[in-house]
Amino acid sequence: MGVIQGDQMVLNIGPQHPSTHGVLRLEVMTDGEIVSKITPHLGYLHRCFEKHSENVTYEQVIPYTDRCDYLASMNSNFGYVVAMEELMDIKVCERVEYVRVIMAELNRIASHLLGVGAYGLDVGAFTPFVHMLRDRERILDIFEYTCGARLLYNYMWVGGVSHDLPKDFKKICFKFLDYFEPKIDEYNQLLTYNKIFVERTADVGVLPADVAISYGVSGTNLRASGVKWDVRKEEPYSIYDRFNFDIPIGEAKFGTLGDCFDRYWVRILEMKESIKIVRQALKEIPEGDIFETMPKKIRPPKGSIYRRTESPRGDLGYYIESDGSPVPTRVKMRSPAFTALSCLDEISQGWMMSDVLCILGSLDIVLGEIDR
Amino acid sequence: MNHSEIQSLIEEKFPNSLIANENLQGNQLEIDGQFWKDIATFLKNDPKLLFDQLECITGIDTGDDGPLQSRYNLHSMELRHKIEVIISLDRDNPTVESIEQIWRIGDWFERETYDMFGIVYEGHRDLRRILCPDDWEGWPLRKDYELQETYHGIMVPKVKEEEGWE
Repeated sequence: MGVIQGDQMVLNIGPQHPSTHGVLRLEVMTDGEIVSKITPHLGYLHRCFEKHSENVTYEQVIPYTDRCDYLASMNSNFGYVVAMEELMDIKVCERVEYVRVIMAELNRIASHLLGVGAYGLDVGAFTPFVHMLRDRERILDIFEYTCGARLLYNYMWVGGVSHDLPKDFKKICFKFLDYFEPKIDEYNQLLTYNKIFVERTADVGVLPADVAISYGVSGTNLRASGVKWDVRKEEPYSIYDRFNFDIPIGEAKFGTLGDCFDRYWVRILEMKESIKIVRQALKEIPEGDIFETMPKKIRPPKGSIYRRTESPRGDLGYYIESDGSPVPTRVKMRSPAFTALSCLDEISQGWMMSDVLCILGSLDIVLGEIDR
Repeated sequence: MNHSEIQSLIEEKFPNSLIANENLQGNQLEIDGQFWKDIATFLKNDPKLLFDQLECITGIDTGDDGPLQSRYNLHSMELRHKIEVIISLDRDNPTVESIEQIWRIGDWFERETYDMFGIVYEGHRDLRRILCPDDWEGWPLRKDYELQETYHGIMVPKVKEEEGWE
């Protein structure tokens, strides 16, 4: 304090800025063009999710989880119902498990499409974004056909799902997958191997594995740093242990391990794995009654649970404390984007102003989930 | 390593730090707050424990003049075990040592819990509100929280008192 440093300047990015992926304010301290410190200011989208949850019944929390991570609402629902079912010791019927996995993986593809597309937008490539939104639209159509909603589904309920799959769902879904799989190569030609894109992202914003773990960074961002860690494999929930799929990790394709390009590349690879899972699930899905295991009254026993699941952004954890009444005592959401954003200051120091937005985009944050 | 082995390791290293509580379940562990920073360092660095991931910090208000609690979910990626540490804090003066410099994510998690419950993490280098505005009054997630009437001259809307569930 008190010491004037000649070239230091405070620059403000946001709250209304397209590169912040929502409403986020970054207070950037720069020395000329070089960034020396970033202080993120959150809370512009704070909607009191946790306070609301203490005033509604357990089933009424589910629509709120939709609105936290609005790009992957199925996965937000999934995390909550998995935690609730573990707390209440419910084993849901086979068909429901398959339906949930199919929906969650389709939503993972949709979320990665937007994440990757918007990242292209951040570094100045407009066309791939339009292509990816076009394909994401087809997934949203599938969701609309199944449960009537395009973005905020309220689809997974404790012990079941709200609607059964339509009769011709299998046909439609296979048709989409056959259409979508070759498109990934098209994206690679459009964006991934574009020299300008590679120059912008390779070697920039390197996140070493130990820093990532200490900052609680998870999901694709952690895997891009070379750590083979995926909750679907390590702590299998639902029926993920039955499927055959790989966990793509960063491979320093064009630069250093854990740079922006690796984080982008892992998302592209993960879409292929999700396609694999959906295909297997569609082949094996049994018949059954989706309302069979749905409890009449949701009243978990006294106790608490912390359960995490793999959302497109990383470890999505729910801490639920119950006192035996129909209203939760406490619901806490541990959001993966929150932890990912916390390491921004550490990894952007020393980079140029324009690289900061490139690094921020590569973390694939959703502000709705950070602020809750 | 299973839960009772972890428990006995801590007991051995820090005698009288564990608090017996029959309500604990699963992998929960209640400890005395004054040992917390040393225990946290031990949990992270001991080669038999190696808790490298701080998954979550949850604040809990037990209600009715009961204590506030700060709960930590820890996980070891290498050794694949988990524990949940519970620290009970006095309602009028909730302070506990900060572990922000042990696991870096503790920084934001502690700021969030401070913001919502007013739990003061001693030794935290930048303890400010994170989600609410800096000049917000009160601790929103405490059970006895009362909404402030005006904020910068704007009326804060009140929720109608409804009849309870049942």
